[in-house]
Amino acid sequence: MSLFFLLLLPFLVGLVMAVMPTRARTSLAGGASLISAGLTAWLITLYPLVRDGQVIRQTVSWIPSIGLDLILRLDGFAWMFSVLITGIGALVALYARYYMSPADPVSRFYALFLLFMSAMLGVVTSGNLIQLVVFWELTSLISFLLIGYWHHRVDAQRGARMALIVTGAGGLALLGGVIVLGHIVGSFDLDVVLGSGDRVRAHPLYAPVLILVVLGALTKSAQFPFHFWLSRAMAAPTPVSAFLHSATMVKAGVFLLARLWSVLSGTELWFWVVGGAGAATLLLGSYIAMFQHDLKRVLAYSTMSHLGLITLLLGLNSPLAAVAGVFHIMNHAAFKASLFMAAGIVDHETGTRDIRRLTGLWSRMPYTGALALVASAAMAGVPLLNGFLSKEMFFAETVFMTSQPWVERGLPVLATLAAIFAVVYSLRFGYGIFFGSPATDLPREPEEAPRWMRAPIELLVLCCLIVGMAPSVSIGPALAVAALPVVGGVLPEYSLAVWHGFTAPLYMSLIAITVGIAAYVRIRRHQRRGHLQNAPVIERFNARRLFDLGLLWLTLWARRILKVLSPARLQPQMFAIIAIALLLALLAARDLPLAWGEREQLPASAAFVLLWAIGMACAIGAAMMAKFHRLVAITLMGGAGLVTCLTFAWFSAPDLALTQISVEVVTTTLFLLGLRWLPVRLEELGVVASARTRLRRARDLLLAIAAGTGLATLSYAMLTRSAPQSISPFFLERALPEGGGTNAVNVMLVDFRALDTLGEITVLGAVALTVYALLRRFRPAAESMLAPRQQRAVPADVGTDLVGPTTVEGVARGYMGVPTVIARLLLPVMLVVAAHLFLRGHNQPGGGFVAGLVIAIAMITQYIVSGSRFVEGRTRLLPGRWVAWGLLLATCTGLGAITLGYPLLTSHTAHFAVPLLGDVHFPTATFFDLGVLFVVVGATLLMLTAIAHQSLRAHRQPSVVAAPVAHVEAP
Amino acid sequence: MEVLLALVIGVMAGAAVWLVLRPRTFQVIMGLTLLSYAVNLFIFSVGSIFIDKPPIVTPGLAPNLESYTDPMAQSLVLTAIVIGFATTALFLVVLLALRGLSGTDHVDGREES
Repeated sequence: MSLFFLLLLPFLVGLVMAVMPTRARTSLAGGASLISAGLTAWLITLYPLVRDGQVIRQTVSWIPSIGLDLILRLDGFAWMFSVLITGIGALVALYARYYMSPADPVSRFYALFLLFMSAMLGVVTSGNLIQLVVFWELTSLISFLLIGYWHHRVDAQRGARMALIVTGAGGLALLGGVIVLGHIVGSFDLDVVLGSGDRVRAHPLYAPVLILVVLGALTKSAQFPFHFWLSRAMAAPTPVSAFLHSATMVKAGVFLLARLWSVLSGTELWFWVVGGAGAATLLLGSYIAMFQHDLKRVLAYSTMSHLGLITLLLGLNSPLAAVAGVFHIMNHAAFKASLFMAAGIVDHETGTRDIRRLTGLWSRMPYTGALALVASAAMAGVPLLNGFLSKEMFFAETVFMTSQPWVERGLPVLATLAAIFAVVYSLRFGYGIFFGSPATDLPREPEEAPRWMRAPIELLVLCCLIVGMAPSVSIGPALAVAALPVVGGVLPEYSLAVWHGFTAPLYMSLIAITVGIAAYVRIRRHQRRGHLQNAPVIERFNARRLFDLGLLWLTLWARRILKVLSPARLQPQMFAIIAIALLLALLAARDLPLAWGEREQLPASAAFVLLWAIGMACAIGAAMMAKFHRLVAITLMGGAGLVTCLTFAWFSAPDLALTQISVEVVTTTLFLLGLRWLPVRLEELGVVASARTRLRRARDLLLAIAAGTGLATLSYAMLTRSAPQSISPFFLERALPEGGGTNAVNVMLVDFRALDTLGEITVLGAVALTVYALLRRFRPAAESMLAPRQQRAVPADVGTDLVGPTTVEGVARGYMGVPTVIARLLLPVMLVVAAHLFLRGHNQPGGGFVAGLVIAIAMITQYIVSGSRFVEGRTRLLPGRWVAWGLLLATCTGLGAITLGYPLLTSHTAHFAVPLLGDVHFPTATFFDLGVLFVVVGATLLMLTAIAHQSLRAHRQPSVVAAPVAHVEAP
Repeated sequence: MEVLLALVIGVMAGAAVWLVLRPRTFQVIMGLTLLSYAVNLFIFSVGSIFIDKPPIVTPGLAPNLESYTDPMAQSLVLTAIVIGFATTALFLVVLLALRGLSGTDHVDGREES
């Protein structure tokens, strides 16, 4: 079975669950836990394949050109993590069935739960560093959604956001680190990276890599100074905390440190950065945990401190410590998940998580109490339980390590101190709430939890006991398999046994337990009297407040910078864009001096001098007239367009000329339709513009002249050179044999570059729909709602075409009669011209674009001379459907090639003989071109008629219009 | 001829830039249309201009840019013309909607204070 299955199964099932009935708790929970349990069982059967340092590796080519493959890689360490994720996932999924209330939308919970599991499995099985980062960020995102599961609660919103910001930012740092690391090694392949430890450590960029990667790991594992998000994340439902914030997601950080241990560790820097952060978190977390009153917060801070312990172990640069770290990862997952679930039961049954209110629950819930007691004993490091073993290995490491004298002496003290604190908070959890006089003022009357809600805890506690009593038989082989890849090949000597004789670590454990119990008794007495409600000394340093301040500061500066870089006003932005573009072009001239080429120049002709003189005059005229004389500007713009069109025609571009002239017609019609809705702007005589305005105009004029001169110079420089042959000869050569047509431009559009054209017509269709949608909600300005002034001036009883016909029969009663007849006669002629242009398109100038535009123009002409009502009373155009059918036709033609085993949009030319016509070439690209035609017709008509219909709407609702009109005309 | 063509392109682009920098939406849309003429002509002319050598494949002519004008520049410009029409239409409608919603045709949606 493929490893990809491991990721895909939870992912796909998660997606399915998202659409399941929201309250189907039992079936959803059953599905989720069965799948997780099945994956666990399958992973366990893979054990022989990952033993002795073997690696299962599967690759799917992703972007081979830049060396990116999807690689799944399961070695012993990844295997151990996968078993943890799926195994604990199965238990938590079962537990959540009973924890979640019937009112909660559980389908969302289980969907996210499985998606998270898939992402987390992706992190641990990634064989490519970039891929690892992608999954890493995915876990951050999904955990955001899971923490914010109860999204109506403010604490959940804040906690989720904080977790996302911290872990997401860490993920970015990690991405940076991974990229640099890949740059050093020359590959992102994990196997290659793991094999180049010496090279990485010797490289000058080692320090940045280390800092960036460690930043990613520390944020994810909630290590000091990024620890504050974890306690806020406790706003999540308890199953989420049990799964994410004890066993899996926060472990991703230490996973990464262990994963890259053989590459990055072994230096002083690693020791100080990683070990330092770990030691600080170990002490800080356990210290704060002693003074928390919320059950889950106690566990959160203790999780922090245990992760600190693992980080510290990994930071000690000793293979034995790394093994201990891996061991503690497993042990911590077992007891912490069970403690979280026990806390959830207490919360669920009593309705509170406040330790001060919870006492003497043993009589009501003895099973849960016993389980919690054992699990917290494991957490405290009591002998015969799993926590004791890894903690003792840790003590041994702190005692026997070699470093500077003060570190050698200080670290065992620190370790013992943290262990004392751990005993205190473990007692508060395991002993404090279950023993003593039974509480009387609980929000709910507690009773024992359902059988299957306890079962997951029982199983985990059983594991703690078995591992604690017979470690070498039970966990020994798995630990060896998991630790081997971490230390990089050779396992150090270690013995997993409960009894090692009277050694220093044992004394440290005993000190911790006895002093811890004594300290617990004293602290409890103080707390009962109302003292020590907050952690002394530390309470003044509020990391959350610093975080909030930091966020505020960032937002403030982001706003300020945005204000400078992106003013809300358009004109300065446009000015900056053009000026910068100009500047860059000038800078380029520094490297490539401007010089004229040697190409033979074309002979001048008087006609063209005149034509271009007109073109320039039109352009300048349009620029001058656009403010007060819009109709003149549109006319002049049309003139400039015609000059462009003639230029195309003259210089051997018949296709462009055809397209330009038809687009010109459509665009001008569009502008004319739009004119009606623009405000009247009258030139006021004798008004002198303010100095500021004149200054701005002068500035704009300078820029315009500079831009024009620049482009003119550049194009002259290009025109005097011969164009490089580049890839154009390829198209000219292949047009006929492969594209089946002689018109190279059309063949390129519908064949060689058909994918571009497909994209283009899609854009065209999308724009048409957008125009239609925007105009559906169009509210014209009040004064444009009136009928035009010229129409209002005409008395109602005069029979003229000036007033828009209100009935179909009223069309063209007066002077429009003659043009109407001509236009109607022209309609079939224009359609034939369009058919002609379409059919010859492949070999001669023409094609779908032009033909489509001609059809659209033919129809618009009818609209113009006869009015919308007349045309729509006689035809059913439905332009939206034209767009849809056109896109469908073009796409299906393209897909047709795939079904025959060719790449998308490959064209085929059929040759056959037809009587009278002779040999006919019929390329499939014709169908594609037909699709183009449909889209062009549909989109053009949709846009133009949508604007045209606005006039009808305004007149249809005179009553609505009346009030604002009177208001406007009053002054 | 080359000087003249370059001049036309320059003048059109200059007029377009001037219009694009104006405060009224109609002026800006006119400017963008004019700019698309200038840019289309520019891209087209980059493909080296010829008289009477359209890129219609004729048997016997060598398939290179000595015998034909550049079909690639032309197909790019053809696409640009059509897309230019679509963006103009979209911008026009946005302009109308802005005018309807804000009551002004200033590019910022409000008159300058």
